[in-house]
Amino acid sequence: MRSDRNGKAPLGLKIAAAGGLLFLHLPILLIFVYAFTTEDKSYQWPPPGLTLKWLAVTWNRPDVWQALGLSVRVAAISTALALVLGTLCAAAVSRTKFFGRETVSLLVILPIALPGIITGIALRSAFSLADIPYSFWTIVLGHATFCVVVVYNNAVARFRRTSGSLIEASMDLGADGFQTFRHVVLPNIGTALLAGGMLAFALSFDEVIVTTFTAGQQTTLPIWMLEELVRPRQRPVTNVVAMVVVLVTFLPILAAYYLTRDGDRIAGSGK
Amino acid sequence: MQTAVAFSQVSRHFGPVRAVDGVDLKIAEGEFFAMLGPSGSGKTTCLRLIAGFEQPTAGHIEIFGETAEGVPPYRRNVNTVFQDYALFPHLSVADNVAYGPMIRGVAKAERMKAAEEALALVQLPGYGARQPGQLSGGQRQRVALARALVNKPKVLLLDEPLGALDLKLREQMQEELKTLQRSLGITFVFVTHDQGEALSMADRVAVFNEGKIMQVGAPEEIYRAPRSRFVADFVGSSNILPPETVERFAGKRAWASLRPESIRLATAGGHAATVLGHSYLGAATRLSVDMDGQRLTLLLPAGATVPATGSQAAIEWNGDDLHLMEDGQ
Repeated sequence: MRSDRNGKAPLGLKIAAAGGLLFLHLPILLIFVYAFTTEDKSYQWPPPGLTLKWLAVTWNRPDVWQALGLSVRVAAISTALALVLGTLCAAAVSRTKFFGRETVSLLVILPIALPGIITGIALRSAFSLADIPYSFWTIVLGHATFCVVVVYNNAVARFRRTSGSLIEASMDLGADGFQTFRHVVLPNIGTALLAGGMLAFALSFDEVIVTTFTAGQQTTLPIWMLEELVRPRQRPVTNVVAMVVVLVTFLPILAAYYLTRDGDRIAGSGK
Repeated sequence: MQTAVAFSQVSRHFGPVRAVDGVDLKIAEGEFFAMLGPSGSGKTTCLRLIAGFEQPTAGHIEIFGETAEGVPPYRRNVNTVFQDYALFPHLSVADNVAYGPMIRGVAKAERMKAAEEALALVQLPGYGARQPGQLSGGQRQRVALARALVNKPKVLLLDEPLGALDLKLREQMQEELKTLQRSLGITFVFVTHDQGEALSMADRVAVFNEGKIMQVGAPEEIYRAPRSRFVADFVGSSNILPPETVERFAGKRAWASLRPESIRLATAGGHAATVLGHSYLGAATRLSVDMDGQRLTLLLPAGATVPATGSQAAIEWNGDDLHLMEDGQ
């Protein structure tokens, strides 16, 4: 256990670790740099000059605002839907025993294990079979399939760590089902729901594959970016948007990580 | 005196498992009632039937004369001290204790006062601001007790509340619970698998086995006159004699129980036995002997001369102490 005792890693390992991290994160920095380049036809390195004008150009592009608005609305509603359905499902699976419980649990998690393209094709054929026109709501449904999983996973883990006798104790002290949910269940699973909700929001916000199959003429932000890349006009606008997307998705994920980090003890079962 | 809890032919089956099987039971108001039995004997299920967490498969339950079936736990004037205490981890000690009054809509100042009084009652005055996680096991136990008592229940249910405490603390809590019960006059129903605890605390004990009540009675009665082999064996330790042996001494064919402390070494006469071994217990010495193929255990008081292993000894007992049992089970 030499390396544990003096805390020194061999030089080669350090270089490899640094190289790995750079490989992961340098391209993201490049995206940021290109957002400020003066050259708008192609990505030229090094940038011939730096400018802030693309921020203003982006601000004044209505198509950006439209796509952003749609993405935020889709993500918000998918997340809300997922919070309700995921929590209910987690409560059922972890609180009661019923025939087929394990199967239900597996089926709920399946959409996230399934490749997005399969989910997309499946939903698309289902929508056309049922004669449902593509709309805002078909995008939301598509996103909800994987948002529910994220919320469910977080909630089920917290339910398992929350002692079941807490609910009985609350009932015993006079609280009905609703009061128990409000005063005991929600405070105990609150941070898990917040974390699950934020992850779900972030996932929905940058989803491309399922969206391409379930959206009609509407363009969410990631799809807008994809379309913009093939069009050589005001290219840095895409990079400005990319920075915004990174901020909007990264911050919730970071927050979710910090919120669930300390939740390791089993609530209510300590002696 | 009014009946606090009455079971008539109550059963609770979980699939093929008969957790509670045709139980008849009457618990009087103000009584300290213990349900004693090995794990899986149905005692905890009986407690949960009173609390309302379980509904009977068959039979009828009354709590203070009112039908209990179908009444949810939150509408019963009964409170429970849970085995794992079940304190709410997100609430302070005071908010835990004030939870019941808060749900009933008692104003904040008033319920905090009630909580403080309840905490004083369980010897934890001034602990309200702490979090449950900062308390020791014994303190959590007291908070759980205060949280139940603050609601002034008609029946307090205790589900093996002392199981997680160490021996010294357990003995202290036994005393305190008993004192508390006497001063409050509340009916206590106490579930335990510890026969010593049941005997020392309860006014009456019900001995459970396999979902049935084997015997109900005062601790002395249960100990002195067990009705069945199971009770004789589970409550204290006993020498259980088969009918063939009993016939020789009592002139009647029946199973009998003979407590080890009832047997003594005879000074004259007595029955011949071979000493098989002994172990020193401090206050007494336990001797095992063989009497015509029947193994017996006896307790010799401290200071008595202990016969050597392998030697012959004469033993005797009072005829009354050989307790004939009606039930060979």
